[in-house]
This record gives sequence, C-alpha cells and structure tokens, in this order.
Amino acid sequence: MSVTATDIEDVESFTRRARRWLAENLPPAPAGGREMGAMAVVRSDEEELARIARCRELQRMLFDGGLAGICVPREYGGQGLTVAHQEALNREIAGYDYPAETQIPTFTPCMAVILEFGTEDQKRRHVPAILRGEELWMQFLSEPSGGSDVAGALTTAVRDGDEWVLNGSKIWTTGAWWADWALCLARTNWDVPKHRGLSVFMVKIHQPGIEVHRIEMLNGSREFCQEFISDVRIPDADRVGEVDQGWTVGVRWMYHERTVAGGSPYVTQPMGRRPARGAGGGSSLLRLARQTGRIGDRHARELIGESHALSLVGDAMTRHVSAGIRSGRVSDQAAALIRLFGGTREVRNASIAFELAGGGAVAWSEDEPQLGLAGVGYLMRQAACIGGGTTEMSRNVVSERVLGMPRERSGDRDIPFRDVPRGPAHA
Amino acid sequence: MFERTDDQQLFEETTRRFLEAELPLTAVRDLARTGPGFDRGLWAKGAELGWTSLLVPEEAGGASVSGNGVVDLALVAYQFGRHAAPGPLLATNLVAAALGRFGTPDQQAGPLAQLMAGEAIATWAFAEPPPHDELGEVHLAATPDGDGFVLEGTKSPVEAGADADHVLVAASHDGGVSQFLVPRAAAGLTATPLRGIDLTRRFARLDFRGVRVPATSMVGEPKQAAGGVAWLADLAVAVQLAEMAGAMRWAFDTTVEWAFNRYSFGRPLASYQEIKHRFADMAMWLEATDAIAGEAARAVGDDAPNRAEVVSAAKCYAGRYGPELVQDCVQLHGGIGITFDHDLHLFLRRVATDVPLFGTPGQHAARLTAILEAREASE
Repeated sequence: MSVTATDIEDVESFTRRARRWLAENLPPAPAGGREMGAMAVVRSDEEELARIARCRELQRMLFDGGLAGICVPREYGGQGLTVAHQEALNREIAGYDYPAETQIPTFTPCMAVILEFGTEDQKRRHVPAILRGEELWMQFLSEPSGGSDVAGALTTAVRDGDEWVLNGSKIWTTGAWWADWALCLARTNWDVPKHRGLSVFMVKIHQPGIEVHRIEMLNGSREFCQEFISDVRIPDADRVGEVDQGWTVGVRWMYHERTVAGGSPYVTQPMGRRPARGAGGGSSLLRLARQTGRIGDRHARELIGESHALSLVGDAMTRHVSAGIRSGRVSDQAAALIRLFGGTREVRNASIAFELAGGGAVAWSEDEPQLGLAGVGYLMRQAACIGGGTTEMSRNVVSERVLGMPRERSGDRDIPFRDVPRGPAHA
Repeated sequence: MFERTDDQQLFEETTRRFLEAELPLTAVRDLARTGPGFDRGLWAKGAELGWTSLLVPEEAGGASVSGNGVVDLALVAYQFGRHAAPGPLLATNLVAAALGRFGTPDQQAGPLAQLMAGEAIATWAFAEPPPHDELGEVHLAATPDGDGFVLEGTKSPVEAGADADHVLVAASHDGGVSQFLVPRAAAGLTATPLRGIDLTRRFARLDFRGVRVPATSMVGEPKQAAGGVAWLADLAVAVQLAEMAGAMRWAFDTTVEWAFNRYSFGRPLASYQEIKHRFADMAMWLEATDAIAGEAARAVGDDAPNRAEVVSAAKCYAGRYGPELVQDCVQLHGGIGITFDHDLHLFLRRVATDVPLFGTPGQHAARLTAILEAREASE
C-alpha cells in the first residue's frame, strides 16, 4: 500500500491488463443487477451456499489472474500495488460477476487487521489463503450484552500454558455458518479498566465448543448468527497483538470497519460507471417506476434522480475523504463520515423505493416480487444505520475525534472492569 | 475543497488575502447599501489577479493556472463564498468563457478584452420567467430582419442585469438556438431591477422589445448554440457550487467555534450529544458538497462525457443540504442567528439564492433520471 517506487506497474498499463483479463475471464454480472442492502432477495440455504462456493471460485480466478490483493505486499500473495490501482480495478470490474458477497468482512476489517498486527507467521499462514478464496473470515466482535460498546466484551480468554481457554457468546456475525475463521475480541483481564484488559485471537469457527445459532431477521433472512463458545482452546500463536493490548488492535479494527462503506484499499467493488450499489439504485428504481406506471410522473422522476445523485455523491465523497486521509488533510477517523453517508443514503433509498412501489409495496401479487421487496426492504431500512457500527457511534466519532468536541460521559472509565455497572443497581 | 497544486494554492491564497484586506464583512455590508452592490475599482484589481481570464483560451488572451480553468475559477468562487464577496464573478466569467470559445476575432478584441481587463462587466441572459423556466428552456425569439435580427422576449432573473455593459442572450432561432452579444444600452432593451434576498447581488428582469442586433453580434454558429448553452449552464452550476461550498464552510466553522465558546447549564454547547450529532451531519454534508463540487468543476473543465451527470448530481445534493446546513447553523446560534447584526445571514442569503438559479435541485434530479434512461437505451 505504501509502495511508491517507480518500478511498479503504472496505472495505465495495469488498467489495460485488468480490462483484458476481466473481459476474457469473468462472466457478466447477473442480469438485472444484484441488489444489496435492504432490497436484497433472501436466498434459500442451498442458493446461499452455492453462491458462496461460486465466490470462492471467482476469488481464486482473480488470484490466478494477478488481480487479488492489489494493495497487499507481494510476500503475502498480493500485488504490491497502490490505491490508484485498486480504484482502477474497481472501475473496470463494473458489469462483471465478482465475489461481491465475500469481500466484507474478510478483506476488511479482518485481513486489514491481520496485515497490520499479525506476526510474520500469521500473515504467511492466512493472507495468501484469504486471497485465494480458501479462507473466509468473520468478526467475533459484538456481544448480546452490548451493541455499540464493543470494548465492554464479556467473552473471556483465560491463559493455560501455551493455550487460552475461551468462553462466552458473540452475535451479529454475518454468515458464520459458512465462513471459516473469525477475529475474536476477548477479555483477558477483569482487574483493569475495560480498554486495558482485552486481547484479540484468531479462531477457527467450526470446531467443538463453538455452537453457531442462526438468527431470523424480520425479512426472513437467516444470515446473522450468534455463537456460543464453551471451553474452546486457542494456541497462543493465534493471538493477534499483545496480551491485554487488544484495544490498540480494536481501534484500528473499528477504523477498518468504517471503510466498509467505501475507501478501503483491500475491497474490490464496482465504482463509477453504474449506479449499482445500495437499495434500489438508479436502474432498479427506474424498473420499479415503470412497473407501477409512474415513470412519467415528475415527483417519481425527482426521487429516482435523487437516489442516483446520492450514489454519485457518496462515491465522490469516499474518494475525497480517502485522499484526504492519505494526504493527512483529515484524521483517519474521518472514515466515519463515509460510514455515516452510506447508512443515511441506504435509509433514504429504501424510503424512495417504498414510495415508488406505492400500494404494491404492502400487498403484492405472486408475479410482482419487486414490489414486495420494496416493502420488506423498507421494514429492514434501519439495518444500514445499525450494522457495522451504528450511525450514532459514527456521529460520536465525527464530533469527538474529527471536530474535537468533548467526549460523552461514561461510567466505566478508570475503574476495574469487574466493578463496572452492568445493569440497574438493586437494593 | 480539492487537492490543489502548488500554483493553485498560491493563486487561491492571493485571492483570499485580497478579499480579506479589501472586502471584510463590514465593507461587504457597506457596499450592499450602494446601487450595484460592488465596487468597480476593486473589480478591476481582481481582474488583474486573473479572476476574469481563467476560462479564456490562451489564443484569446486568457490564462488558466492549472490547465483546468474551471477548477481554478472554482477556487476563486470558493473564496467569494467564504467571504460573501460581491462582484459579478459568475456573470462575467460565463460571458468571457462563451466569447473565448465561440467569439469572433472582433468580439474577442473588443468586449472580451474589456472583460479580462476589468474595464467592463457582462452577464449571461439565460433564465426566463415562468412558464418558460424548465431546465434549459429558451423561449425568447430571434427573427431574421434584413442583415440582422430582432430579439423579442424576456429574461429573468439576470444577475447584474441592470449594471452589465454587455449582455449575452440565448435566443430560439428557427428551431435552433443562437446567442447574441448585445450592449446593455441597446434600443428596446429595458432592465427592471428586482428585489432579492441576497444583499450582495443584484438581479434584474431584461425585456427585449424589438431589439435590433446586427449579424456580427452573433456568438457562435447560427442555430447551433444549444450545445454551447448547455455547456454554459453546466459551467454556471459548477462555479455556483464552489461558491456555495465556500459559504457553507464559513457558516460551519463559525458555528463550531460558537459551540465551543457558548456555555449553557455550565457546559459548552459542543458537549451536548444532540448538538454534536448535528455537527457530525453537517460535517458530512460539507465534506460531500466539497467532494462533488470539486468533481463537477473538473468534469466541466475537462469537457468530460459525464459532465451533465456530475453537475446535476452536485446541484441536486448541494441545493438540498447546502441551505439545510446554514439553517442548522442559524438554529444552533439561537436568536442571535436571525438578527441583522450577526453575519450568518449574509451566507444564508448567498446559499439560498444559489438554490433555484440555473436549475432547482428537483429539476437537476429529474435530469439525472433522463440521463439514466438515455444510458439504458444505449446499452
């Protein structure tokens, strides 16, 4: 990522190479575009597993074609190129089928954290396997006891010789039922303030002692999981970062998570040419308005245009803020602006789709599934402002870390974590 | 607003220092009480700094700083917004750009040279009153008459319409569009000053009643000006957006400072989560506006294929969130924010005035939908 030497492939020739390779190797994107976010179609388990298997294949093809891990150093299987090269790939890959569902959280935040904090051995063991599509990673981060307060983790790892014994529960892990590995934030010391008693571990998801329970969301999706962890033994070699210094890792982990909405050097996602991202997006809203006979209606046309504008502005802002972080114009905490924009944009898009679909969004016939998706997508609307860190947390980060405003008062600072109140006091 | 080159930084800094020295907000308020709202002497000095030459090709005597004159001009406009500075920056530059690109040698040697020297100012008469106010609509008519044309119709609102020396007017002409450069003093051309919300800018309604113009006053090819008019309109929006971004920045910075220094219930406003979260939203709107305004200026300056799309996305966004941001700044100031003494309203006026000019956010949103449809049809 930091390569600036002149002996690397220039962006123009990389772009030509990528364009040619993509045209010769990747199939076109599924017809009609693949909806993400709130308008996503809920797949059956068989369809989901088949798609994930396909994503692994596509990832392997990109790896063999020299287009995986653009900003990852060559010694870990990457290309050792720059953000400008990744952006070029993002432009060129628009319109092709690519491993969209397995980008996040594998490449960021998980691989990004491993690259930043992993030992040499950890990086060599995992990063090439990730780039080949052999390892899909998840985050064992949130816990049932607290959503936004991730540093308040109760899941505990106790040292036993060269191993750690892990107990507790994690939640909101997307796709844990088909993924391979997880980064896990766990408490290793209850006698110090909460941020000073955490450590990070690499955990194989499917092993005795980890029970993966799938959570049914209000739209019928069973993508999110909760894991129950009992006496799982982890070798100390799988610890990432120093003992009890897990929050040093955690801060960067949160940073990389905020780049999920855009701006990560490790994530491949189409950009620029098509308004494909997000709930609805220009093309699918056009289809929706045609279906409901409102395509000639001025108000409908303004709504569709507004959605497209948000998509273009979001992309521009992502480029702008990312460039600003690289040049030092703004702190890396400004990535929260991108996350905030992404969330509020998806919310607006879901509302626009709901409005365009009209009555069909609340009661639709068998042959009008798109209308129903707009309705169900509306019910799922807030997911975009909750998952990946709530927008309230983003607003805290922007105001406190970017604008320097006073921190919120908290009841857990400077006292041993075991003494932190975890519920109302009972007389 | 954008990543600047060293030359651009120097250029912008020169303009910033000039505006700070010559046009502090007290001077802006003083000028606002005068007829035209700006000072021709200061304007001529600004022209010396390059304000009116950036969009003119070198062959015609102009000079950009970076090779993309629209981005360079956007930097000046950004500083104009940040200082609520008066002066026909947009109006004059639109005409200079048109003459630089389409003007005859005579038009370039005469009026264009005057504009670049700051000796004359000009305006582009484009917008028309309802019901002819759809985006890009040109209803005012040019009819051939002997070796010239007769212009008949109304343009409104026209910035600096009463004070400009030259008026570039877009006219429908036999199924096409033609543009003419008309002296403000032409017989049959009357300017009626309009009242407006912006204290620093003047607008007028221009009535063309049988205005006779010679064929040599045409700018560009007969009936072929539709493309040039669309380009000028996008150029206008790009410059306007930079100005809005600058005004938004002033309001935001001023209000952040206020929130740190104003105490209620024993704590600064900036310590209340509700208020912090609103600042976070404003920071997002501001950063997004900066980003898309920068891309719009670049796209127009490069004549990029996606020029119209980026410009409309930018106006659609900034036209909604720009005034929202300044209004929120007013709200966070409380009562003082709606007084005449506080400077905030100078910036609120500036941003609000830019919202409907050269296309409302809704009109630009609708244009985006048309662009999407055209793209689908071509795929």
